[in-house]
Amino acid sequence: MTALDALRSALDSLRASPLRSALTMLGIVIGVAAVIAMVAVGAGARDQVMRQIASLGTNLVMVGQGSVVRSGVKLGAGTAATLTEDDATAILNDIPAVTVTAPSVRWGLQIVAGNQNWGTVMFGITPDYMEARDWSIVQGRGISDQDVTQAEKVVVLGQTVVRSLFGGGDPVGEQVRVFATPLTVVGVLGEKGQNTQGQDQDDVIFLPLSTAKRNIPGMAKSNPRFIHSVVVKTHDGADQDEAQAQIRELLRQRHRLIDGQDDDFWMRNLSEVAATRDASSRALSFLLAAVAAVSLLVGGIGIMNIMLVSVTERTREIGLRLAIGARRRDILMQFLIESTTLSLIGAAVGVVTGIGTAMVVAGLAGWPTLIRLDSVVLAVVVSGLVGVFFGLYPARRASRLNPIEALRHE
Amino acid sequence: MASDAPLIAVDSLSRSYRMGPHRVKALDGVTLRVERGEFVAVMGPSGSGKSTFMNLLGCLDRPDSGRYALDGEEVGRLSSDALAVVRNRRIGFVFQSFNLLPRQTAQANVELPMLYAGVAHAARAEKALAALAAVGLDGRAHHRPTQLSGGQQQRVAIARALVNDPVLLLADEPTGALDTATSLEIMALFQRLNRAGITVVLVTHEPDVARFARRVLSFRDGHLVDDRAQVPEEALA
Ligand SMILES: Nc1ncnc2c1ncn2[C@@H]1O[C@H](COP(=O)(O)OP(=O)(O)O)[C@@H](O)[C@H]1O
Ligand SMILES: [Mg+2]
Repeated sequence: MTALDALRSALDSLRASPLRSALTMLGIVIGVAAVIAMVAVGAGARDQVMRQIASLGTNLVMVGQGSVVRSGVKLGAGTAATLTEDDATAILNDIPAVTVTAPSVRWGLQIVAGNQNWGTVMFGITPDYMEARDWSIVQGRGISDQDVTQAEKVVVLGQTVVRSLFGGGDPVGEQVRVFATPLTVVGVLGEKGQNTQGQDQDDVIFLPLSTAKRNIPGMAKSNPRFIHSVVVKTHDGADQDEAQAQIRELLRQRHRLIDGQDDDFWMRNLSEVAATRDASSRALSFLLAAVAAVSLLVGGIGIMNIMLVSVTERTREIGLRLAIGARRRDILMQFLIESTTLSLIGAAVGVVTGIGTAMVVAGLAGWPTLIRLDSVVLAVVVSGLVGVFFGLYPARRASRLNPIEALRHE
Repeated sequence: MASDAPLIAVDSLSRSYRMGPHRVKALDGVTLRVERGEFVAVMGPSGSGKSTFMNLLGCLDRPDSGRYALDGEEVGRLSSDALAVVRNRRIGFVFQSFNLLPRQTAQANVELPMLYAGVAHAARAEKALAALAAVGLDGRAHHRPTQLSGGQQQRVAIARALVNDPVLLLADEPTGALDTATSLEIMALFQRLNRAGITVVLVTHEPDVARFARRVLSFRDGHLVDDRAQVPEEALA
């Protein structure tokens, strides 16, 4: 019996009970559709995050005060105030790939406007910081060079702070206080929304670096040049790893660290953030694969069940085929092709359903989706294998029937 | 193949079945020869071993002991795949209950043995139509079994048995499910096919049916108790 004849007879017998065939396929259909839709949603979300990260610029390096975490213990993070504005200047001047350095200090505090009170995070910055982190201004102006050199008592507010203190009204020109210091609001930041960790990036206020140091209690007064961190921007296409190595070398030299001594600063770039993100999406993919495996397993068991029923129902047919010259392997192939056809048709319907679902999700929920060809190919191949694997036992049973007894079967 | 050998040569053929603690000797030491072109009726009461004997002749079963040579070839030594080929090419089997595939047309049913013989698609259709014409069913090729009478269904089954040009046609009570008039028509068909050259061995327990054969074997309790030649009656149809 040729494969084509076997396929034709498989389709014939599936058509003989269309409802049963359809119900049998359902497990595979749902499994495949779920895989394709979920992968599409996951891939779409991941793609969006990656694009966000890319738009932030992968050519940013954050350098911060304090040692790295080692063996679970944070070693004197931020205790010795060794990172300075001069370090930032040195990085800009000495390392050719660096185009911008933006030093900053950071402090959690209460901001007061009239009788309103709001806890937020203060950054003491220079204008470069706004540029390096891609902050825009929607009202008034940003922190200027002059604000920094004159230590002007001005502040720029993030959207969340504006909403909390001014109910969304225009705050430019209003007076606010942090600790005892009165500040004039000169601008409002553009909205950024949540970051990739889900934190509200708009719950923030910016002060000139000098103003922050002079007026915020708790800033280390032992070293007036100290900063908490510096954002370093390299020019496009610069070798990140090399730039980072050079920054590290320079800072170790400047901080007079000897060989074997730990760094007293940390460094992080956005491609590392992307990598963490990638790892968590890999975990998600693993979960999806597990769900898919379970549903395909269930689908496979459904196919096996129906094929066993079908072998029993068609015992006489099998006996007849054996009597007129079918070899055992002809019978085996016939039933294997039947179960595989069943699962592959199920897979095809599942692919269409999955793509449809992904498109509906994209349309209704507004989530970005991305149909991945590899998920489609994988789902179809696995379904085929499921058909063969779960069809094998019933097919073997059919092929081992005794023709005489099979012919006598009622 | 030794063409001077008898078509069927059976020596001391035995087959027993286990029934709980007992062994039932369904066939016990049967020896006989059947030459090419014979028309043999196998008779005997129910349970006398006729079907057991036919299943052995048809290579659907293997004997416990004894030998069976078909057309000079020892069948007992063949692998199960080789036996399938013998059933496919050299033997045609007709059953009491027709055993047609109910969802398939007459033509598709007749084509079935050719599927396993590897006959090409176009040739299959042609041969199937010819076989249907030979059993008097031209014009019924696209009917399904449920659309055919019992006699017509058995004709389809006979066409299916003939389609690979076998040397031996075996029929186990082919008229058992048919009324007398239809039985006569079917016997006339067997007689005609036999005259055209095919060897026929046919089981029946009706003397009315056996009278069309040229030789009658009688079985009792698994033994061949009588073997006689007779002048066949003409079944007119
Ligand atoms: N598969 C079987 N298992 C057990 N006993 C069987 C089987 N087939 C036949 N027999 C027994 O063998 C004997 C001969 O049976 P069978 O050849 O079918 O007789 P007949 O066709 O002449 O009526 C009977 O006693 C029957 O019960
Ligand atoms: Mg019988």
